[in-house]
Amino acid sequence: MENIDLVIIGGGSAGMAAAIQAKKEGVDNLLIIEKMNVLGGILNQCIHNGFGLTEFKEELTGPEYLQRFVDQIHQMDIHYKLNTAVTNISKDKVVTFSNQEDGSVTVQAKAIIMATGCYERSAGAIQLPGDRCSGIITAGTAQKYLNIHGYLCGKRIVILGSGDIGLIMARRLTLEGAKVICVSEIMPYSNGLNRNIAQCLNDYQIPLYLSRSVSRVIGKGRLEKVVLSAVDEKLNFIPGTEMEIPCDTLILSVGLIPYVSLLENIDTPMSSTKGAIVSEHMETAVDGIFTCGNCLHVHDVVDFVTDEGRLAGHGAALYLKHLLPSDKSIPVSLGEGISYVVPQNIKSDNREDITFKFRVKKPIKDVYIVVESDHQVISKIFKPALIPSEMAMVKLDSQKISQIKSEVVIRLEGR
Amino acid sequence: MHDVLIIGAGITGTLIARELSRYKLDVVVLEKSNDVGNKTTNANSAIIHSGCDPEPGTNKAKFNVLGNPMFDELAKQLDVSFRRNGSLTIALDDEQLRALDDLLKRSKINGVPATRLTKEQVLEIEPRISQQVRGAILFPTAGIIDPFNLCIHAMENAIDNGVHLFLKQEVTAIEKVNDYFVVKTKAQEFTSRIVINAAGNYADIIAQMVEPIDWSITSRKGEYFILDHFGKDFVKHTIFPLPSAKGKGVLVSPTTSDNYIVGPSSEVIPSRDDYATDGLTLQNVKQQALAMVPSIPFGKVIRVFSGLRPSCSRHDFIIEYAKSTDRFINVAGIESPGLVSSPAIARYVVNELVKPLISLINKEDFNPFVRPYAHLKEMDEKSKESFLKQNPEYGQLVCSCEKVSLGEIKDLLSRSCPPHSVKGVKRRTRAGFGRCQGGFCQPKVVFLLANHYGISPLDVPLDDVDSPILVSRVKEVK
Repeated sequence: MENIDLVIIGGGSAGMAAAIQAKKEGVDNLLIIEKMNVLGGILNQCIHNGFGLTEFKEELTGPEYLQRFVDQIHQMDIHYKLNTAVTNISKDKVVTFSNQEDGSVTVQAKAIIMATGCYERSAGAIQLPGDRCSGIITAGTAQKYLNIHGYLCGKRIVILGSGDIGLIMARRLTLEGAKVICVSEIMPYSNGLNRNIAQCLNDYQIPLYLSRSVSRVIGKGRLEKVVLSAVDEKLNFIPGTEMEIPCDTLILSVGLIPYVSLLENIDTPMSSTKGAIVSEHMETAVDGIFTCGNCLHVHDVVDFVTDEGRLAGHGAALYLKHLLPSDKSIPVSLGEGISYVVPQNIKSDNREDITFKFRVKKPIKDVYIVVESDHQVISKIFKPALIPSEMAMVKLDSQKISQIKSEVVIRLEGR
Repeated sequence: MHDVLIIGAGITGTLIARELSRYKLDVVVLEKSNDVGNKTTNANSAIIHSGCDPEPGTNKAKFNVLGNPMFDELAKQLDVSFRRNGSLTIALDDEQLRALDDLLKRSKINGVPATRLTKEQVLEIEPRISQQVRGAILFPTAGIIDPFNLCIHAMENAIDNGVHLFLKQEVTAIEKVNDYFVVKTKAQEFTSRIVINAAGNYADIIAQMVEPIDWSITSRKGEYFILDHFGKDFVKHTIFPLPSAKGKGVLVSPTTSDNYIVGPSSEVIPSRDDYATDGLTLQNVKQQALAMVPSIPFGKVIRVFSGLRPSCSRHDFIIEYAKSTDRFINVAGIESPGLVSSPAIARYVVNELVKPLISLINKEDFNPFVRPYAHLKEMDEKSKESFLKQNPEYGQLVCSCEKVSLGEIKDLLSRSCPPHSVKGVKRRTRAGFGRCQGGFCQPKVVFLLANHYGISPLDVPLDDVDSPILVSRVKEVK
């Protein structure tokens, strides 16, 4: 069995950044395994712009953004395998993958970084009521058909869910001549970035209906119409509010879920993000297995995925040099108003800066983000507004981190 | 002129076709859909029932009990996943506990092995069953099966043995002419000496094309949840409540694909084609299931679906000659326990109903086995390695969730009952059956089908013929 110091599973933005960082820190024997026929993952189909504002202070398209990393991978001579699927990993870091050239191969890794991205919540998962017709498709799949293959999935379109991909697709389909009738969001607020609502809906006069969802899809072979109904505070449909909309396509943009089946198979402890529980170096509870990007928690901006990938690459490099902080874990807990936080624990012997990433439960204005430990406030930052669709971050420098001796709580506090 | 024409390629029709393919006969199967097993066979509990429940003396009891033991051999010959996991019928209160006695009696009369269990015994073998449980009966011969491939492989095996399948042939009229029938579809005409009606939810409509009938079919809808893979052996047995007038009730069961199935509801509907699901019905199914197994993680639901049982006004299977002619055979009302009964029904139809009409001469070269499918998961590393060397396309995955390879899909397309739709591939291989529900693999499957059949991706359907996925090339919208 071949030995490889670091196997990175997934060659998207997280995996590429992790590989580059690890290589920079001296890990030479590393391999990226990518299931698609190109590096870059989902960015390949994100042909709109808006990527790289933080990373490069430029506005790039998805393919432009990813190419900068692919170029580095090539310059640094980082090995990767395309069209290759990892079929199994073990707690002992034995990785099994297969492709057409090599057949089924098993390698022994010293460390693994999981960067497998996320998948879209499906019609089945939301138990979409009504017929089982064609014309119901997730936004990312519709985007792939359109931007990679050059096929349109419909001409009269209703979009359910105001996640970013749905908003991007509203504009994209409109530009391709389809009629996007409306976007319907079950929550009383949008789940997309504000800039996307402005640039993808408002600019094209596409109405966004809040607190409304699809109560029935109707169609024998292909979708013929959808029924939208208002929902109450408990998200139950309110009878009498039905709006019947003739259309041939319903695009679902109803959430992304970390793709973690390999981690689940080895019983990795999971968090409320549906990704693994990690330390500040993105190490899971399984020794030597790291994770980053959308398979850890779903990001709204790729630049932050890249950053997190680097953190995991750094963590794996430290691990391989036996320099990873490994003293007792201090838990990081959710306080008032916070729906999740990453990392979920930090090591007591950590000496580096730590950025806590989290989301708020609902839109809120004029609040302080408070980080405290043992009833001592370590950080208190004012924010004029926070919304669930935008990941929030608090960076604590190593000096502040060194004050932490017991459970950390992140919470919101009104002004 | 054909010898036997079968209308309907569900599990009943395909197994009858396979049974007939043992003999030197000209057999054709007409199916209105673009795939076999696309309606009732496609959407049911996938249970090989023990036979404990049907009223003794009925066709349901007879064929269930005859059919159940046939599955070990049948599954082997047709290369279909099948497991005798046993079923448990549980009592949750004192009244139900008393009712268990009736069920035990009934199963004894039907000749079905059964073991009465105490509360402690039940909880020992199935610790996730509700603490409210008062007792149960274990039926060890009950099993679970892959119903899709049972039907598809039965058809494939029948075709390999000389049967002809015609898809997209909806029968519109049947004329009796002297000693044969002219069966008309929208596309063409067929003539056959014998006609077998296995048309599922439409069996009464087909039967009426030949003569007036005194029975009718009503569709009874059942809605289900499918849960993702999680914790093997969450429950090991198929867990039933006590049966009622409405049917066997909501069950909780593992499936042969290591998912879990929960359902069905039971609701008579006016339509024969309404496969819609609705939230309230499913909510009710969920409550009933949670009463039996309180910790079912409904957050792991990856799909909800409904199936239509063809319920007969006689409350039993109809397996008999038409009144006016014994050359027209009705096999109708095959609702639950239809799947388990199907091989016994097929044998009965051929040996008892067809045999008196036409001479059955054995084919010397009849092969009861389907061409073997590659099961990489069951191979040891060494055989896997050499297999992949010779068949490299099995090394490339198309569906990551369910680990379905390019080689598997191409193999399907080389077979005699190949898929023509995305769901046809899904039924056969499970590509698109997993947690992403085809989000990642659907485009690959669409283009594979388009390439294979030399058609535009625009003409690749999701399911039946009228269900296109894509509507135009970019820049073609008018």
